Amino acid sequence: MQATYFFHFLVIFPVFLQQLINGLTLGSVYALIALGYTMVYGILELINFAHGEIYMLGAYLGIILLGFFTAAGLTAFSLPLSLLLVLVFTVIFCSSYGFTIEKIAYKPLRDAPRLSPLISAIGVSIFLQNYVMLAQGAKEEVFKSIFGASGFSLLSARVTYLQAAIVVVSWVMMLLLQTFVMKTKTGKAMRAVAQDKTMASLLGINIDRIISLTFIIGSGLAAVAGLMVAMYYGLVNYFIGYVAGMKAFTAAVLGGIGSVPGAMFGGLILGLVESLGASYISSEYKDAYAFIILIIILLVKPEGLLGKTAEEKI
Amino acid sequence: MKAERSGFLFRSPVIVSLWFALLFLPFKGMKGAALLFVSMVVAIPVLRYAARKARGITLPIEKVREYFPRDRRYLAVLLIPLAALPVLKQDYLLDVAIIAGIYVILALGLNVVVGFTGLLNLGFVAFYAIGAYSYALINTRLGWGFWSVLPISILITTLSGFLLAFPALRLKGDYLAIVTLGFGEIVRLVLNNWDSFTKGPNGISGIAPPSFFGISLDRLSSYYYLVFFFVLLTVFVIRRVRDSKTGRAWIAIREDEVAAAAMGINRMWYKFSSFAFGAFWAGLAGCLFAAKMRFVSPESFTFMESVFILCMVIVGGIGSIPGVIFGAIALVCLPEVLREVQMYRMLALGAGLVFLMIFRPQGLFGGKRVPLGG
Repeated sequence: MQATYFFHFLVIFPVFLQQLINGLTLGSVYALIALGYTMVYGILELINFAHGEIYMLGAYLGIILLGFFTAAGLTAFSLPLSLLLVLVFTVIFCSSYGFTIEKIAYKPLRDAPRLSPLISAIGVSIFLQNYVMLAQGAKEEVFKSIFGASGFSLLSARVTYLQAAIVVVSWVMMLLLQTFVMKTKTGKAMRAVAQDKTMASLLGINIDRIISLTFIIGSGLAAVAGLMVAMYYGLVNYFIGYVAGMKAFTAAVLGGIGSVPGAMFGGLILGLVESLGASYISSEYKDAYAFIILIIILLVKPEGLLGKTAEEKI
Repeated sequence: MKAERSGFLFRSPVIVSLWFALLFLPFKGMKGAALLFVSMVVAIPVLRYAARKARGITLPIEKVREYFPRDRRYLAVLLIPLAALPVLKQDYLLDVAIIAGIYVILALGLNVVVGFTGLLNLGFVAFYAIGAYSYALINTRLGWGFWSVLPISILITTLSGFLLAFPALRLKGDYLAIVTLGFGEIVRLVLNNWDSFTKGPNGISGIAPPSFFGISLDRLSSYYYLVFFFVLLTVFVIRRVRDSKTGRAWIAIREDEVAAAAMGINRMWYKFSSFAFGAFWAGLAGCLFAAKMRFVSPESFTFMESVFILCMVIVGGIGSIPGVIFGAIALVCLPEVLREVQMYRMLALGAGLVFLMIFRPQGLFGGKRVPLGG
């Protein structure tokens, strides 16, 4: 009975369903970025402020590489192949950036007081923003629409193919990550390092390698998110990383920082709140919802929805 | 064996340069990447040689410190040329000096929270904005003058400091930083979107300049003296408070919160007072800013501004009053001096923060015994 009522509800309120779909798309992207935050925080207890910039680099690289392939004639030859290549190269580049950032800015500070790496991360974030602005110009870049607005209708709402692709790709990647972390030996090592670095190193786990790997994977996921968002919105500028990063971080905290399913869940909720809030409450304060949720969750349940309470060590 | 080899690879200038050039390649094309490669291949050995040579030399700051008179009151001599600055009749110079003065007040205020008490506040600009907007709104709507609005506006800002401290101080470390950041963003978004009250992104113009016993202080030189007076007041009061019981309690909390609580310090109250006291100075700076510009808009109060103020505190030396003053003046004046490279200002600031954290976390002026709160 309940399900039928819900079905009727969706048919009667097309706006609601449309916003639900938009929110799902947005939320999947947030979740993808949130994973990078949550993994790094789980291992280093560091809020990686530069993570949002990796996402921004991914968006820019998507535009640059697609432009390059178009000029080389590959797009005309085979669009799916060139898209795949763009994806692969974007991921490789962003992962390299993540790897390099960790080596330069965080590794020397691993034993420093907690605020030092945080400030260093803010420094990296400022650096990357201005680096892209100087190299690529301050104006907005346009990502040529590939899929157009074509799509299919679901009940009374419209889903573009791109939206469907974003949701599918995001969730496939997240499930792959979850399997990797839970089932493989390296994943087990990652969890061990997150739990206790000293103990893990005594058991023969190469901590440096695991931390590098964490940054590589997190950056790769952010790159995919950046690429997809660039296609979705069609516009990219050098400061998108800050807002997206803050929202993804909120998602990670919401779900319980350090937990992979928590980040997915948090991202989804945040995306839904944002798109429903924008249409039913006020679209002007769209960006404020994330911060308000963040503040409330930190005050009421700082360990997040799916997180575990950590005992404070003195 | 393996680790050694990878260490060698990591140290080889050619490989490192090649790696960075490859990372740079998509953003600026072949030419840019090649340029970066060549300059890095040359720069890395030179820098390494310089670093090896410089190992035995102490930083000039530490040398200078030895020759400084123990009694810091001699530093007051420095005030004479500063007080005589308007004699030069250089409007541009005065303009920069006024802005620098406002930032000195701001940075000293943030230093109370970050430097003395060890709480990272990433939304300090919110208090600055509240100070500036409260002055702008009361002045343009009710027509009240500078001196009657100033205390009200500072009071509002201090209260908002309490308001933020109330929820925020239940959190620690990074979480506190994030909540303050969120507070800063929410304040900016409200200022930006509440069109009927704050005129939104257009900002508020037509703010009256302050007057002093009927004399309007709209001339730059007189305004300079006003700011100069407030800077001196700030330095004086903050120094006194730092050396008082309250200041000692703040520093004790920064050094070790648990131990401080065990010694009978009411840490909640002192954290509250530190937040509100920091906000107090931001309110003052906000009023001075609004009265100087005679225009305020949300654009002046972004997250980057918070970071910029934080940089002033960190560059000079977290917790050190002369250091913070130096940091504020340096960060305001350097881009003015280096006009041609202004584009690279933020780039250098970002890289500078990273290098400072790695090589000199206590800042340029900071002593050895001032660690960052953790």
